[in-house]
Amino acid sequence: MAEHISSKKTYIIIWITLLCFTVITAAVSRIDLGQFSGAVALIIATIKAMLVVLFFMHVKYISEKMTLVVIIAGFFWLMILLVLSMTDYASRAWT
Amino acid sequence: MSTSAVPSPEREHYLNKDYGIRSWLLTTDHKRIALLYLMLITFFFFVGGFFALLIRLELLTPAGDLVLADTYNKLFTMHGQVMIFFFLIPAVPAVLGNFLVPMMIGAKDLAFPKINLASWYLLLIAGCLMLYVILTGGVDTGWTFYVPLSTAFLNTHVVTAAIAIFIAGFSSIFTGLNFIVTIHRMRAPGMTWGRLPLFIWSNYATSIIQVLGTPVLAISLALVGLERTLHIGIFNPQLGGDPLLFQHLFWFYSHPAVYIMILPGMGVVSDVIACFSRKRVFGYEFVALASIAIAVLGFLVWAHHMFVAGISLYAAMIFSFLSYLVAVPSAIKVFNWTATMYKGSISYDTPMLYALGFIGLFTMGGLTGLFLAALGVDVHVTDTYFIVAHFHYIMVGGMVMAYMCGLHFWWPKISGRMYPEGWGRLAALIIFVGFNLTFFPQFVMGYAGMPRRYWQYAPEFQVLNVLSTAGATILAVGYLLPMVYFLWSLRYGKIAGDNPWNAAGLEWMTTSPPPTFNFEETPVVTWDAYNYDYLDRDKKDVKEAPVG
Amino acid sequence: MAEREVELVVEGHPPGLQHHFSDLEQQREASTMGMWVFLITEVMFFGGMFLAYLVYRSMYYQAWVVGSEAMDFWFGTANTAILICSSLTMALAVRASQLGHRRALVILLIVTMVFGIAFMTVKGVEYHGHWLKHEFPGPSFHFEGPYEQQVEMFFSLYWAMTGFHTLHVLIGIIIIGFVAYYGWRGEYTPAHHNTVENVGLYWHFVDTVWIYLYPLLYLISHSHPYK
Repeated sequence: MAEHISSKKTYIIIWITLLCFTVITAAVSRIDLGQFSGAVALIIATIKAMLVVLFFMHVKYISEKMTLVVIIAGFFWLMILLVLSMTDYASRAWT
Repeated sequence: MSTSAVPSPEREHYLNKDYGIRSWLLTTDHKRIALLYLMLITFFFFVGGFFALLIRLELLTPAGDLVLADTYNKLFTMHGQVMIFFFLIPAVPAVLGNFLVPMMIGAKDLAFPKINLASWYLLLIAGCLMLYVILTGGVDTGWTFYVPLSTAFLNTHVVTAAIAIFIAGFSSIFTGLNFIVTIHRMRAPGMTWGRLPLFIWSNYATSIIQVLGTPVLAISLALVGLERTLHIGIFNPQLGGDPLLFQHLFWFYSHPAVYIMILPGMGVVSDVIACFSRKRVFGYEFVALASIAIAVLGFLVWAHHMFVAGISLYAAMIFSFLSYLVAVPSAIKVFNWTATMYKGSISYDTPMLYALGFIGLFTMGGLTGLFLAALGVDVHVTDTYFIVAHFHYIMVGGMVMAYMCGLHFWWPKISGRMYPEGWGRLAALIIFVGFNLTFFPQFVMGYAGMPRRYWQYAPEFQVLNVLSTAGATILAVGYLLPMVYFLWSLRYGKIAGDNPWNAAGLEWMTTSPPPTFNFEETPVVTWDAYNYDYLDRDKKDVKEAPVG
Repeated sequence: MAEREVELVVEGHPPGLQHHFSDLEQQREASTMGMWVFLITEVMFFGGMFLAYLVYRSMYYQAWVVGSEAMDFWFGTANTAILICSSLTMALAVRASQLGHRRALVILLIVTMVFGIAFMTVKGVEYHGHWLKHEFPGPSFHFEGPYEQQVEMFFSLYWAMTGFHTLHVLIGIIIIGFVAYYGWRGEYTPAHHNTVENVGLYWHFVDTVWIYLYPLLYLISHSHPYK
C-alpha cells in the first residue's frame, strides 16, 4: 500500500524548526508591537501548527483528499463560531 | 399464529441468529443496535409525553392550581430535555439510520460497529442519569440552561442533568462520525454519490451537524458545571462575565440541533413520497444538495434565538438575514416533493399519509419560522406561545410524523411483518387531528400575548388552552395505537415478504427480516435511485418516463 | 472509488481485517478518516473556550496583560518544548510501526509517555503554585494588583483551558501505554498498524492545542499598557 514514510531527518528538521519558532515567539512577545502583538503571536502559532499537521500528521503526503476536506471544514467551522459571535461583541458599542 | 404459512425450516436472519440477553447487549450488528435504540427512545418518548400531559393539565385552568410554580418549571424543563436529547435527536438516525444506512449503500455493517454499540450505551447511561434527576427532584432551568439562573440561582440537579446531556451528546457525535465514514468509505461497487437514496444524503448532512455542533454544546454544559462546582466563573457577571456568551455557545449547537432533528425526517419523506407516487424524486440533485445546504446554513443563524437578549442590533440584522436564507433549501425540498407527486400514481397507505401530513405541517412550521426571522415580529412574539407552536409544528407535526412514517414504511423490513393497515391509517388521522387541535390554538394565544413557561395565565386565554389540552389527549391516543398494533403485528401480522411496497432501494432487495450480514452477496449497483419506471415496467398503465 | 473488489486469499482474510470491510486498505482508510472526524469534534470542543477567551480578551485587555504576567513564563515555555519533543518521538514511533521495527516502536512510545508525564508534572507544580497564591477562582481567590475581578476571569479561562488540555494529555498517555503494550506483543505490522497512526494523530492534536494556548496565556505582551 502506498504509504509515505518520512525520513528521520525530516522529522528532526521539523522538530528543530518548531523549537526555534518557540524561541522566536517568546522573544517577540517582549517587543512592543502595539496592536499587532496578538496577530504576530497567532501567526507564529499557526506556522507551528501547520508544521505539526503537515509533517508529523502526514497531511502533506496523504493521497485522500477527503482528509483535507475534513481538516478545512473543521477549521472553517471554528472560524464561523469565532467570527459570527464576534460580530455581536464588536458591534455592541456602535448602538 | 400468523395468517399466512410460515416457510420451514425457518431461514436464519438477524433476529433469530442468536438468542439470549448477551447476544443483544453485546451485539455489534447495526440492525440489533437499531432495535436497542428503538426501545430506549420509545421509553423516553412516553416519559417526555407524560410531562407534556401534566403541562397541558395544569394549563386547563388559568390559575396555577395543579402544581407549584417551581414544579411547573421542572415539568417544561424535563419535557424539553427528554424529548430533545433522548427522543428527537436519536430517533431517525439511531433507529432507522442505524438499521438502514449500511443496507441502503450495500454494506455489511457500519464502519465502526463497536463504536455504534458504545453510542447506545452512552445514551443508556445518560438516560439513567436523567431518570435519576427526574426521580430525585428534577431540574428547572428550562431546557436551555441559561446562566446565571443555572449557575448561581438554582439548587436543583443542574450539574447531573448537564452531565446526562453531555454524555448523550457524545452518543450523538459517535453516531454521526460512524455514518460519515460509512457513507464515504463503504458504498457497494457502483453505488456512486449520485445514486444514493435521499435518506442517505439526509443522514449524511445530519451527521455533519452532529459532529461539528454537538461538541460546542458539550463545552457550554461543561463550563456551566465548572462554574457551579468549582466557581470557574466563565459566565459570572461579577467577574465581568457575559451571560450572553453562554447563549452564543449554547445556541451555536442548539439551532443546528433542530436540523439534526428534522433532516433525517426529510430523508424519510423523500423515499416514501417516491415510493407512493411511483416516481423518482423530482430534482434529486437539488434535494440532495439542499440537505447539505441546510446543514451548512443552519450553523449561521443561531443568534435569532437571542434577538431580545441583548445582542447588538447590527448582529441581529445579520442573523435575521441569514435566517431567511436557511428557509430556501427547505422550501426547495417541499417544492420538489410536490413536483414528485405531480402526475404520479399516488396511493394512500399509512406511510404516505404521514408523509403528506409532514409536508403540510412542516411547511406551516417553517413559514412561521420566517415570521420569527423578521426582527419586528420576533420582538412581539418571542417567549410567547407562538414560538412554542412554531417549533412543535416542526418537531411534532414534522419530525414525529416523519418518524412514524419511516417506522411504518420500514416495519416490514425490520420485523418481517406487516402492521394492520386499517389501524395504521386510523392512527395517522387521529394524530393529525389531535396535533392540529393541540398546537394551532397555541399560535393564536401566542400572538395574542400569552407568554411561554408561565404556569398561570390571563383568563382570556382559557378557551384556547382547553382546546389545546383536548387536542393533546387525542394526540396521546393516536400515539398509543401504534404501540399496540406494532407489538401485535410481531406475532399476528401478515408475513411481509422481501418487498411488500415494491419499493426501490437496496434494502428491499434482501429478505425481510434481513440476514445478519444484510446481503447474500455484495450488490453491484448499475441503476439510479428510485428506479420506479423499471420496477413498474410490467404495469399496463405505466406513464411516460418520469421527469427529473 | 467504490469499485474495490479485492480477491482475498482462499483460506481466509488477512490478520486484523474486520469482517465488514472488504480489504485492509478500506479498513485503514475508514479508520484514519474516523480519527480525523473525531479530531475536528475536539477542535470545536476547545473552540468554545477559545471563543470565551477571545470575547473577554477583547473586553478586558488590560486585565489579560496583568493576568499573563502572573503566569510562570518558564514553566509554560518548558512545557511547550516538552510537548514538541514528545511529538517528535511520537512521529518517530509511527515511523517505526510503518517499518515494522518493534523494539524502536515500543521505546519511542514509552519516551513519548515520559514526556507526557513530564508535562503533567510541570503543570502540577505550576497549578500548585497558583493555588498557594490564591489564584484559583472562587471565594478564596485573591489577587494583589489591578482589575482583580477580571484577572479572576483570566484565571478562570486559564484553569478551564489548561485543565481540559491536561486531561487530554492524561488520556493520551494512558492510551499510548496500551498501544505500547500491544506493540510489544507484536500486534502491529507494516501492513496493519493503523492504531499507532491514529494515536499519533491524537497526540499531535493535543500538541497543536498547546501551541495555541502557550502564546495566548503566557505571552501577552508585557511591553505596552494599552491595546
